Amino acid sequence: MTSPAEVGIPPRDERAVRLGPTRRRPAEVLFHGLLLTSLIIGLIFLVTLLVYVVARGWPRLDARLWENFNSIRRPERAGAQAAIFGTIWVMGLTALLCLPTGILAAIYMEEYADKTKWWNRAIELNLQNLAAVPSIVYGILGLGIIARQFGLGTSIITAAITLSLLVLPVVVVASREAIRAVPSTIRDGSLALGATKWQTIWKQILPAAIPGIATGSILALSRAIGEAAPLLLLGAVTFVAFNPDSLTSAYTVLPIQIYDWIRQSREEFQVLAAAAIVILLAILLLMNSVAIYIRNRYQKRW
Amino acid sequence: MKLQRHGLVAGLLASALLLAACGGDDNTTGSGSGGQQAQLSGAVKVDGSSTVAPLTTAAAEFFAEQQSKVRVTVGTSGTGGGFEKFCNGETDVSDASRPIKDEEIAACKAKNIAYSELVVANDALTVVVNKDNTWAECLTTDQLKKMWEPDSKVTSWNQVDPKFPNEPLKLFGPGTDSGTFDYFTDEINGKEGASRKDYQPSEDDNVIVTGVSGSKGGLGYFGYTYFEENQDKLTAVKVDGGSGCVEPSAATVQDGTYKPLARPLFIYPSVSAMKRPEVAAFVDYYVANDGKIAEDAKYVPLNEEQRTKLTTELASLKSKAGS
Amino acid sequence: MTVAAEQVSTASGAPRGSLRRSRPRYGELAIQAVLLLAALVSIGTTVGIVYSLIPPTIDFFRQVSFAEFFTGGSWAPLFEPPTYGFLPLLAGTLVITAIAVLVAVPLGLLAAIYLSEYARPGLRKTFKPLLEILAGIPTVVYGFFALAFVTPLLRGVWPVGEGPAIFNGLAAGIVMGVMIIPTVASLSEDAMAAVPQSLRDGAFALGSTKMVVSLRVVVPAALSGIVAAFVLGISRAIGETMIVTIASGISTEVNWNPLQAMQTMTAFIAQAGSGDIPVQSFDYKTVFAVAAVLFVITFLINALSIRLVRKYREVYE
Repeated sequence: MTSPAEVGIPPRDERAVRLGPTRRRPAEVLFHGLLLTSLIIGLIFLVTLLVYVVARGWPRLDARLWENFNSIRRPERAGAQAAIFGTIWVMGLTALLCLPTGILAAIYMEEYADKTKWWNRAIELNLQNLAAVPSIVYGILGLGIIARQFGLGTSIITAAITLSLLVLPVVVVASREAIRAVPSTIRDGSLALGATKWQTIWKQILPAAIPGIATGSILALSRAIGEAAPLLLLGAVTFVAFNPDSLTSAYTVLPIQIYDWIRQSREEFQVLAAAAIVILLAILLLMNSVAIYIRNRYQKRW
Repeated sequence: MKLQRHGLVAGLLASALLLAACGGDDNTTGSGSGGQQAQLSGAVKVDGSSTVAPLTTAAAEFFAEQQSKVRVTVGTSGTGGGFEKFCNGETDVSDASRPIKDEEIAACKAKNIAYSELVVANDALTVVVNKDNTWAECLTTDQLKKMWEPDSKVTSWNQVDPKFPNEPLKLFGPGTDSGTFDYFTDEINGKEGASRKDYQPSEDDNVIVTGVSGSKGGLGYFGYTYFEENQDKLTAVKVDGGSGCVEPSAATVQDGTYKPLARPLFIYPSVSAMKRPEVAAFVDYYVANDGKIAEDAKYVPLNEEQRTKLTTELASLKSKAGS
Repeated sequence: MTVAAEQVSTASGAPRGSLRRSRPRYGELAIQAVLLLAALVSIGTTVGIVYSLIPPTIDFFRQVSFAEFFTGGSWAPLFEPPTYGFLPLLAGTLVITAIAVLVAVPLGLLAAIYLSEYARPGLRKTFKPLLEILAGIPTVVYGFFALAFVTPLLRGVWPVGEGPAIFNGLAAGIVMGVMIIPTVASLSEDAMAAVPQSLRDGAFALGSTKMVVSLRVVVPAALSGIVAAFVLGISRAIGETMIVTIASGISTEVNWNPLQAMQTMTAFIAQAGSGDIPVQSFDYKTVFAVAAVLFVITFLINALSIRLVRKYREVYE
């Protein structure tokens, strides 16, 4: 082990020559400040929004909100029970429709699709395009084809189908990432032991990818239940004072109820809208926390 | 470990559906022969005018206190949209802020949809101005037309009447989607939809209230309900339809003197829908309590003559359905 | 290594296993078919969208000439007489998108630079999710905030003149911009993270300061990714519906003043499609025609964005 002296490097105290400027330039400090400010502005906005919404909706954040149904005559009696249950139903139906389709599609694209074939490239490109289509155009699709051509009308199943198509790209992308993250050693080992491709996928790859898939699915569902635009075209803005009872039932969901209340002229409805927003945000917070929990707890480190 | 993960996702979905099942009502089919005391169930689909919707919604809310299992939905696709669905057999009752048109009658006939026309309330289209507006206490329909006609170039009050001060005219009104807009343009400008385009449109009557109360030279129009709710901020203009200045009020609407901006509001139940006990019960309730409903929704109730006519119409409708 | 013959032969002398499958596995084929079907759902969606848009749009343009639509300055399809000039909707969309982009791109880019170049890893882990929350808030909530908080605030503090109207494009644009910040920031940050550390190290070694490295080395290197983020932001702004429907109002004439009400394509579709127009009528076809134009515009912008992303990904892989 040679010492610095042997190599010819002078001892530490003689090397006290600074290579850079001895004071920080003001431009640097300003720039750093500018960057931090930009970041903070976004966060201040977020905090202001949350505080405002909670403060505005505070007077109505009580049991009436989930115990009562909507009432135009007596805003003090109005509640969002129909919207809350409608949201839960829509979330459940959308999950049933969208998750299997998305996961199966992701499996196809990651495990089976030959990327050189043109139709597989078309599917890829198509998925990317669909993710960027405005949500209201999905409403047009829902109205033109699902509600009218398929004859399902403006019912809760139409809403679920439309929303499923809307968030399908999210599920597919997240599932693909999860599947891709499973190391090929697992695949290869399973195939080497004589398992068929599907057995490998079903018993080895999917279980390993479930945390990522679950996270992606929950994020997709939280996007779906926050959407109002497509449902506007699907006749969701009607007065509904009951919980859904069948697949072809009329319905309302929280974002639509909020929109409806915002449009009312009386001040009490603005407060109700804010309160309903708090409920919606709470639901979304719960879902995203579950997603983060799943990701942190179950994520395999390869 | 595998079970835990599968279980977690399955559990989330299951609990979601369980909650839904617990919250929903059970699916008992209604008793066909029971009287109005028996608990009915089923759905009543109403759609149509957004002006009549508050009435029907109030009726639905009152009705739900008695028959909580009947699901009444009230849509607002507009008078025309409502009729289109109605004559296609998609709805049970159509809300309308104007009588059914000839082409709509033909469409219903083509699909064998028989119906009745029931007048359930009156509305007074109210023209409002700012509280500080002391000069426009009364406006003739000609003056209103001058302000609102298509391509109108009037931008200040003294252009409407030289006696008025030189105050800029700021116009507010409903958007083209509303039946109120249709009715006002039809009565004042002679053709439905005919209006100048450079006013401040809004679907939210609140905005009209704020706009007019915020500008001295503001003028707007909407249904009587909104004026009643905001009397402290606005003044209603008396309208001279040719026989003198008349103030909008329940009385002047009921006795027919508030012309031409008073209008009847209709519901059209179909005969086939009336054969279902839940629809019949709802329409019965609506008619029997139309005074209470109209007051609650802040519309003008029917006068005696209209009430009598309504009862007769309903009786004839029920007999058509009963047969 | 030889395998003894008796280990791979059966008693009759025929080889025991065979290396080639004697019959195809039908189960696997069936599964593959099901999976392909699932993947084709997305194609079905696109086909469905196009199919639902085309017939009414064709009907519409049979009655309204292209010239009138694309050059007319008054959008009043429900007035008498109706005018079908698309320019007011286009102007509204352009103005509000411009405001949103003016807010989102500087703030998003600067935030991304901070997170990528300046922030300690711990800070990064806390701030990134917070920024993501901004992206997760439903747009109806943003619309409410724009109408109920931002507009009164602007009206209250406006220094000169009349200030914004109750429905105005400025509040909607600002709120929309903040909503898009996470999109721009996240994509820009990814682009900057892909820049090899060696470039930075080289610049530092030559005596550059952090600011110089960020602005003169990293940003130009990540430029196509940043431009992709910018384009994606534009696409999201154009397609956004609820904020503008709630907060920016209705307008029939071309209006470039964001302090007044203006209407975007999406807001028109929402307003007309949810309300009072008879569904089979010609007026309803205007909704589909505008939706078709919207679809084409976002499709083109998205295609541009994909090409840019592909371009930046290639450079360093």
